[in-house]
Amino acid sequence: MSGTSTRPETPAAGSDVAALTRPSSMSTVSRLTTTVLRSREIAIALVLVAVIAAATIKTPSFLFSSNSWRDLLLTPAILMLLAVGQAVVIITRNVDLSVGSVLAITAYLTGRLFVDNPGIPMVVVFLAALVVGGALGLVNGLVVALGKVPALVITLGTLYIYRGIVLTWAGSNRINASDMPDGFLALGTKTVLSIPVLFLIAVAVLAIVGYFLYTSRSGRDMYAIGSDPDAAELYGLRVRSRLVGAFVLSGALAGLSGVLYAARYGTISSGAGTGMELQAVAAVVIGGVAIFGGSGTVWGAAIGAVLLVTINRALPILGIQDFWQQAVVGALILGAIILDRVLSARRTRKLVEARDAS
Amino acid sequence: MKLHGKRMGALTALVTSLVLVTSACGGTGGGNGDKASGGSGSGGSGSSGEKISVTFLPKNLGNPYFDTSDKGGKEAVQQFGGTYNEVGPDTASPDAQVPFINTAAQQGVKALVVSANDPKAIGSALNQARSAGTKVVTFDSDTDPQYRDLFVNQASAEGIAKVEVDMATKQIHDSGEIAILSASANATNQNAWIKLMKADLAKNHPKVKLDAVVYGNDDDQTSFDKTAALLQSYPNLKAIISPTTVGIAAAARYISTSNYKGKVAVTGLGTPNQMRKYVKDGTVSEFALWNPEDLGYLAAYAAKALVDKQITGKQGDTFTAGKLGKYTVGADSTVLLGDPFVFNKANIGKFNF
Repeated sequence: MSGTSTRPETPAAGSDVAALTRPSSMSTVSRLTTTVLRSREIAIALVLVAVIAAATIKTPSFLFSSNSWRDLLLTPAILMLLAVGQAVVIITRNVDLSVGSVLAITAYLTGRLFVDNPGIPMVVVFLAALVVGGALGLVNGLVVALGKVPALVITLGTLYIYRGIVLTWAGSNRINASDMPDGFLALGTKTVLSIPVLFLIAVAVLAIVGYFLYTSRSGRDMYAIGSDPDAAELYGLRVRSRLVGAFVLSGALAGLSGVLYAARYGTISSGAGTGMELQAVAAVVIGGVAIFGGSGTVWGAAIGAVLLVTINRALPILGIQDFWQQAVVGALILGAIILDRVLSARRTRKLVEARDAS
Repeated sequence: MKLHGKRMGALTALVTSLVLVTSACGGTGGGNGDKASGGSGSGGSGSSGEKISVTFLPKNLGNPYFDTSDKGGKEAVQQFGGTYNEVGPDTASPDAQVPFINTAAQQGVKALVVSANDPKAIGSALNQARSAGTKVVTFDSDTDPQYRDLFVNQASAEGIAKVEVDMATKQIHDSGEIAILSASANATNQNAWIKLMKADLAKNHPKVKLDAVVYGNDDDQTSFDKTAALLQSYPNLKAIISPTTVGIAAAARYISTSNYKGKVAVTGLGTPNQMRKYVKDGTVSEFALWNPEDLGYLAAYAAKALVDKQITGKQGDTFTAGKLGKYTVGADSTVLLGDPFVFNKANIGKFNF
């Protein structure tokens, strides 16, 4: 413990090490400053602000018209929900590739409930979608946790199985806007104090899940499991039930996003949400969650989702062709992963230095 | 010939995708296997003066699009005093129609009116039926030409392109900026129409500027987001043409919930069930497709003309199809229904497909 005073280091480097090994030794202010400056979330948010600024300078209506403001918040809402669920799963060093198919099932379910039961209360539809999504997630979780099979393989399988279910169920049928009640469709664009309801739902979910991950015991367990599953097991953490819980959460949120999808887009076919799982994973990775688990936050994942969607909306305005839009998203993902590697290598080196020095 | 063949392929592709789309509109596709409604075995072997038995074989039963077309067929058959029958599989899989074709041939029906689930898979069954004396008319979705006597084609590429340009330019008083929201960038049929539309615009509508062609990949969400991007990128846009049923519904949905409603016109190819809400709320004033009821009606009369040996299917043959008037057989034994049908607030209530 006397190391700090005897080490011949500059104060800056000293506080660096302190921040790594004993953050509590620093003053609250400097601790907060370091956290904020180092935060991946802030970096992503800055990129997001830059994108919005660039698009707004080019076309002022990108931000300054009532539709644009609404669309800016509304368009990412569905992906935000998926990204929050995906982030929790990835933090435990797993992945859930089935979310796009779960979304399709519950979106079609939503339509069918309205068609087959005219006058059904919206609450019932929301609950049904949450329950069905959660149940599909439970299947993923049980197989992954009990079977000890990599989640990548299991959820790749259920991606196709769940898609197969909705293909068989819906066939070539399509739910049209005129099949669903106006009140429900209005939810897709309704705003409260100029903030879209769907965005509010996404933010509420984000806040709850974020708080839970940050403070609750099971939330912290998930980080521990993701950091080192074997150590977590040996330490006596309830690895299985935590994993199942993560998948159920991801499934339920995918289920919820299916309802929002129906309200927003108003047309549901069996192909709904195809490829959304990869967007969700991309959002999570861009948002600074390590793909091998153990670190990152749902806040980052949510900002990543907003960034991904907003970039896709802004690039055409900036005059960038379709192909390059995809390439930009790819570059963003690669950049995020490289940054992640560089930061974690640097951190490891510093920690080793700190250990050797003390 | 080659060009024509390409176009036929394109139309078949369109129709296939359209049917996939339209079949969504109604029932759950639940199964009634054999909905025989007319007399079976009413055909002898070619004795004249007997009632003409016509069997309709749609891609699948419980499909609102074919319910509509077969309704037209039934009306026609009743008008000329024949026997109408409708059979079909539950699902539109490639070879599901084969047993129904075989049964019809065994019953010795005079004419079989088929919308093919596959251009080849039902070919040999059809040829067997034809060698047993049954005339085969395809409608909506063709087989390869050697398997049928006549194909009743719902629309030509020129007709589709023209009606879309006409609807759009009429709504913007022939001046201003427009954009096209297509299916995927390599969709053969859409690309052919877009090419024709561009030519038409350049030649006949000099004050109309086509700002962009964007691709929604026939995906609801992508088409929806592309519409939003279009409106943002081109603030002076006055109309969007979407030559695909998925695109037009997504564009109408976005515009109906935005303050572009009433300012930016949406038109193109759509189905009444998909577009009903947007026509009612005033987002869309008109869109086009063909009338499946007329299509079935024409197919039934074409079958009768074949059975009566009034036509053989060779180019230049003419026949009269009841209320629709006179038709001439074109190249490749094809009869064209006519110009696309324009749906609007006044007539949309009559259609359910």
